[in-house]
Amino acid sequence: MREGSTMNVLERDALDLLFTSLKERGFTLVGPTVRERAIVYDEMFSAADLPWGWTDRQEAGTYRLERRADDAAFGFTVGPHAWKRFLFPPVQSLFRAERSGSKMALRPAGPFAARYALIGVRACELAAIDRQDKVFLGGTYVDPVYRQRREGAFVVAVQCGQAGGTCFCASMGTGPRAGSGFDLALTEVLEDGRHWFLVEEGSERGTEVVATLPVRAATEEEIAAAGRAVERAEAEMGRTLDTEGLRELFLRNYENRHWDRVAERCLGCGNCTMVCPTCFCATVDDVTDLAGQAAERVRRWDSCFTIDFSYLHGGSVRSSIAARYRQWITHKLATWTDQFGAPGCVGCGRCITWCPVGIDLTEETRALRALDHGAPAAPQGGAS
Amino acid sequence: MTPLLEAVQPRSAEPVPAAASLADPMLPRPFEVRRVQAETYDTYTLELAPADGRPLRFRPGQFNMLYLFGVGEVAISISGDPGRPSPLVHTLRAVGAVTRGLCALKKGDVVGVRGPFGNEWPLDEAAGHDVVLVAGGIGLAPLRPAIYRLLAERKRFGRVVLLSGSRSPQDILFRHELERWRSRFDLEVVVTVDYAAGDWNGLVGVVTTLIPRAGFDPTDTVALACGPEVMMRFATRELERRGVPTERIYLSMERNMKCAVGFCGHCQYGPHFICKDGPIFPYRAIAPIFEIREV
Ligand SMILES: Cc1cc2nc3c(=O)[nH]c(=O)nc-3n(C[C@H](O)[C@H](O)[C@H](O)COP(=O)(O)OP(=O)(O)OC[C@H]3O[C@@H](n4cnc5c(N)ncnc54)[C@H](O)[C@@H]3O)c2cc1C
Ligand code: SF4
Ligand code: SF4
Ligand code: FES
Repeated sequence: MREGSTMNVLERDALDLLFTSLKERGFTLVGPTVRERAIVYDEMFSAADLPWGWTDRQEAGTYRLERRADDAAFGFTVGPHAWKRFLFPPVQSLFRAERSGSKMALRPAGPFAARYALIGVRACELAAIDRQDKVFLGGTYVDPVYRQRREGAFVVAVQCGQAGGTCFCASMGTGPRAGSGFDLALTEVLEDGRHWFLVEEGSERGTEVVATLPVRAATEEEIAAAGRAVERAEAEMGRTLDTEGLRELFLRNYENRHWDRVAERCLGCGNCTMVCPTCFCATVDDVTDLAGQAAERVRRWDSCFTIDFSYLHGGSVRSSIAARYRQWITHKLATWTDQFGAPGCVGCGRCITWCPVGIDLTEETRALRALDHGAPAAPQGGAS
Repeated sequence: MTPLLEAVQPRSAEPVPAAASLADPMLPRPFEVRRVQAETYDTYTLELAPADGRPLRFRPGQFNMLYLFGVGEVAISISGDPGRPSPLVHTLRAVGAVTRGLCALKKGDVVGVRGPFGNEWPLDEAAGHDVVLVAGGIGLAPLRPAIYRLLAERKRFGRVVLLSGSRSPQDILFRHELERWRSRFDLEVVVTVDYAAGDWNGLVGVVTTLIPRAGFDPTDTVALACGPEVMMRFATRELERRGVPTERIYLSMERNMKCAVGFCGHCQYGPHFICKDGPIFPYRAIAPIFEIREV
């Protein structure tokens, strides 16, 4: 019946069969689940672990879980976690060294492989994964940890049926509709007393999984109903960012009193970088056993907001918070494009929601525009 | 080589590329310390031999990440002759935990090496022109491979001038070599110190004060500078004042580095990654941010 069709309907009660099918294929399921008053990404065992009937309310500096009037499974936006925690783990052993006498043997920590099925990936998050692909897979050197995990991953996208208060993916051109980059994409529809999912196939692997599910081809009207859900999200988007000349705006305003104004509020806590789905910075720690015969090198997520981040013998290059905030936002919205061909911000809004003092990069960008020196960057910089 | 020295590589029959391992770019290769030579009271030159016998070929200006067992890993330029890649030669100033530990190594000890990383001094572009090298302190070490290459291919270049500054006479690196170079007729070597006691009869003053009188034709010169950022700032000003075009001035930049392969983000400098786009930049490429503080 579904011959030649890539749009199918899966009834609400059959959603768990998708989970079962992925488990049978050897995937570890990870997806949204309620923990400690937030929706986070964690291991899941069945569709029952989804946040059925929950939603989130987000504003600059605030996040609240609330009950929904219905029992939607994906009726929320993005929480404090990003998928990078599975593809680019927060803590990762890189190698071990063993010493005997003056000799030393170095052993790689791998294999780093893992087979995750990422369930509930939003359009902005697909874009974020694509941004990290460029960092870890797109250059001369490839990160073996990221590569093995990324290649192993099965991606189940979810089309957003509502937008969050801090989202601006439409401005960044990354959503709300996911067009590619997934194996399967679900659109959840609750209309006229029915609750079902439109299932779109994005890869051969996705098609194989759908073949195991009790689906039927979607009607024109059902496809249209799913389309309306995503249009609603676009209309509700909580934030906007004017991307016109964005890169040049930041490049010509390294010296601007705006940075000192942000520094009066920014705590330099680095929350914005920890929650950001594209931030990739890391540091390394070296640990040794008590006998001093074995050592391990461990990579950990790092943040450009720490004072040590730019440490050079004698002091940190970016010792002021003003310089660190400038570095962060300039990287996100301007220099990332020089480095990887697209901005480092996908408009997910996490940094706005999770900033303890509610600093909002869309607002800061507007404020910078208002103080824009306007002139193209002088070769000598020195505008002040 | 003793078996223990061998890196336990992921099983693979293919020849490993000469550059840092593409399969696992964060995994160092073991090298054995062959010789440690004190250059000054705080600066040492290490000669390292690859445990697997494969020499680490490099280009002048490139650097390696040196791993000290259990302590850490730091970016250190290669200071040896690119024409003789084995042993691998590094010159380090002991300033902190890792560099102090590396300088305290003894013959027979083992360190981890990843590299070579980064780009090279533009010596092909400099062919046919005068070349002026401006070194401040330990900045002479990353320039030394370029000097070896310039001397090995001396006929390809016009006048070659080395301006080298140190804090004090006790801080002068590669003393004997500087003497030897100074006695050559095809190389102008000027050494200065920032301050000195009475028994020094050489020049006193920061290295950039040598630029106005050095013997090169500014309209036909490629300038290579390496040293503290303030020194390079003054050097670019003096070079520009003499009329050296900004695109012919090259600077070797330094930032905190945790990976050297573009993953860790620490070395970012405006739009550039110093580890993979540098460390050497034509001044013109970084001029818009070079004078700005805390970039
Ligand atoms: C491309 C490049 C080439 C270099 N070449 C040489 C060389 O040939 N000889 C030499 O003596 N030094 C060189 N340095 C500087 C050298 O890397 C630092 O002196 C060294 O990292 C200090 O580490 P530490 O642990 O001993 O000192 P600490 O002061 O204890 O440093 C703590 C940590 O901060 C970081 N750090 C501190 N200073 C620097 C720095 N200047 N650059 C990068 N990271 C730093 C390191 O991760 C270091 O482990 C080079 C730096 C770069 C970026
Ligand atoms: S910068 Fe903020 S809005 Fe942009 S992708 Fe990162 S967390 Fe999301
Ligand atoms: S912008 Fe907000 S979240 Fe980011 S470092 Fe400053 S206070 Fe923390
Ligand atoms: S040193 Fe890690 S990105 Fe350059």
